[in-house]
Amino acid sequence: MRDSLRGSSPLMKLVDPLAPTKSDRYPFTGGSRSYIIPGLIGVAAIAVSIVVGMSEMFLEQFYFSYLIGWTFCLSLALGCMFIVLIKHLVRAEWIVALRRIPEAVAVSFPLLIILFIPIVVGVFDSHGPYHHWTAEGIDDPTSNYYDEILAGKVAYLNIPFFLIRIGFYFVAWTFLSSRLWRLSILQDVTGDASISARLRHLSAWGLPVCGLTTAFAAFDFLMTLDPHWFSTIFGVYFFAGAFMSAFCFTALCVVGLQRAGMLRGVATAEHYHDLGKLMFGFVVFWAYIAFSQYMLYWYGGIPEETAWFKHRLEHGWETHSGILLFGHFILPFLILLPRAIKRYSIPLAVMAAWLLAMQWFDIHWQAMPVLHIDHAQLHWLDISCWIGLTCVFVAIFLWRLSRHAIVCEGDPQLEKSLRFENV
Amino acid sequence: MLKKIIRQIKATMGVYESRTDGVYGLLAEFSNPGTLIDGARKVHAAGYRHFDTHTPFPIHGMDRAMGLGQSKVGYITLIGGLSGLGLATWLQWWTSAVDYPINISGKPFFAIEPSIPIMFELTVLLSALFAVGGMFLLNGLPRPYNPLFYSRAFTRASDDAFFLHIAASDKNFDLEETESMLLEAGAKVVEVVHDHGYSELHRA
Repeated sequence: MRDSLRGSSPLMKLVDPLAPTKSDRYPFTGGSRSYIIPGLIGVAAIAVSIVVGMSEMFLEQFYFSYLIGWTFCLSLALGCMFIVLIKHLVRAEWIVALRRIPEAVAVSFPLLIILFIPIVVGVFDSHGPYHHWTAEGIDDPTSNYYDEILAGKVAYLNIPFFLIRIGFYFVAWTFLSSRLWRLSILQDVTGDASISARLRHLSAWGLPVCGLTTAFAAFDFLMTLDPHWFSTIFGVYFFAGAFMSAFCFTALCVVGLQRAGMLRGVATAEHYHDLGKLMFGFVVFWAYIAFSQYMLYWYGGIPEETAWFKHRLEHGWETHSGILLFGHFILPFLILLPRAIKRYSIPLAVMAAWLLAMQWFDIHWQAMPVLHIDHAQLHWLDISCWIGLTCVFVAIFLWRLSRHAIVCEGDPQLEKSLRFENV
Repeated sequence: MLKKIIRQIKATMGVYESRTDGVYGLLAEFSNPGTLIDGARKVHAAGYRHFDTHTPFPIHGMDRAMGLGQSKVGYITLIGGLSGLGLATWLQWWTSAVDYPINISGKPFFAIEPSIPIMFELTVLLSALFAVGGMFLLNGLPRPYNPLFYSRAFTRASDDAFFLHIAASDKNFDLEETESMLLEAGAKVVEVVHDHGYSELHRA
């Protein structure tokens, strides 16, 4: 039967929950080398990082570096899922021609949970990134590790509940993203216009679920590194960076695919323009949220709240904060402001790559001062873990993309999207 | 000389002078947005510059068909934004550190942190005002009197009709030639608009 999709074998589910479908109009023509090479580079980089990282000297460093690289990939997947959910809810037409890219990125959650294993190991390790609150006896007044504040948070910050929460996030994300993926591919195969309404229904409850789980995931993965500190806007801050990065990643993929001879006549300057506008918009949104968080703590001036920023404004971390301010906001704001930059592929791709690097730098800035509180540093493990995880992530994404049409060819809005023009 | 410059500036805003014999220009009605876009493209290609289109709703691609180029309103907005930023910085510094310094829980008299919201808001406010003001200026609005209002059919420009008018001040304007050009370009009806109060209908 043509209208039923077959699932893939259990191991292949890590790559793609569906068996390949054929596309005549928009096939992936990049060949298998386009994903085997980054895949091998990524695996090699992760292997070297793990082997070196397991030595006593680098263990703590490794856990942090790996967590940062992994969270970067997670933010891409989550941001892309937000793009797809919001697209369906507002029935956006312009992005239909490019929608397959964020859809394919968002199906990465099974892969991400496998890549999460070293961090789970870290949770049970006294050298792990979360040892500030996982330490034995933290709520026992007779223990050396007793911490009155953390003892009050123990109902939330304990290992079993932590793992249950993460399990829940991943079940929700995997369910949502593979459902969005499945229905979209089904529409390619059957051309059934009513599937758009089913996607919209799914997004209507999927968006709030995704919003809440993303906020709590940001608390759990990043904020608990420094468990004394808290910020209620932290989830929004994480979302802002993730959503911006997702547009950057999509733009970079579109430029890359076009240079490889695909999406010709599909993605036009008009689509670039809109991606650029959203990149610009969420650069500003990120700065707005980052500043809101900072200003309230500056105004309050309460020591336990300002400590987090104090650590990031001394011992060399102030350089990182400055780079973040200029590299993540002021420069991209000024560069992305003119219309022309957003309409040409090369300047847009350069800005997208730069902002993705800044997203990683932002996560590094949030996490790393916890480990190196008295001297700022950029360790080579930071880079190798980031490159390794990102290469694997991208390779699997390209592999998944190559198994289906690279454009949502069954979507009834596609023709409008192809002819889309900014006024 | 000065009059000529003023006339040219007004023409860029779509405010055209009538000819001495009172002819303001030709108003052509098109049957739908597609033919109007085609018509505008042909009128531009024929070398006309003093012309405009009037439709009940915005039509995608019309500015390109008319050869309008990039709007300058962005630069006006930028000036507004920079003025707002400068004004707010000065306001914050002068009021809190110079004119009336008060010590509030040991905070510096002037600091960038609490000033940023003001700087942001005034940047946005003046940008928006300059953008809207610049749009009005570049369009020659508000314009309570326009000779096109003498045309009875023109009231439908805000309802269900698609118009293109060529002003008599255009250097290529010639009553007969321009009219036949418009009809060739797809106009359904062409009428001559006089500035002193009436328009004559020419049916194709």
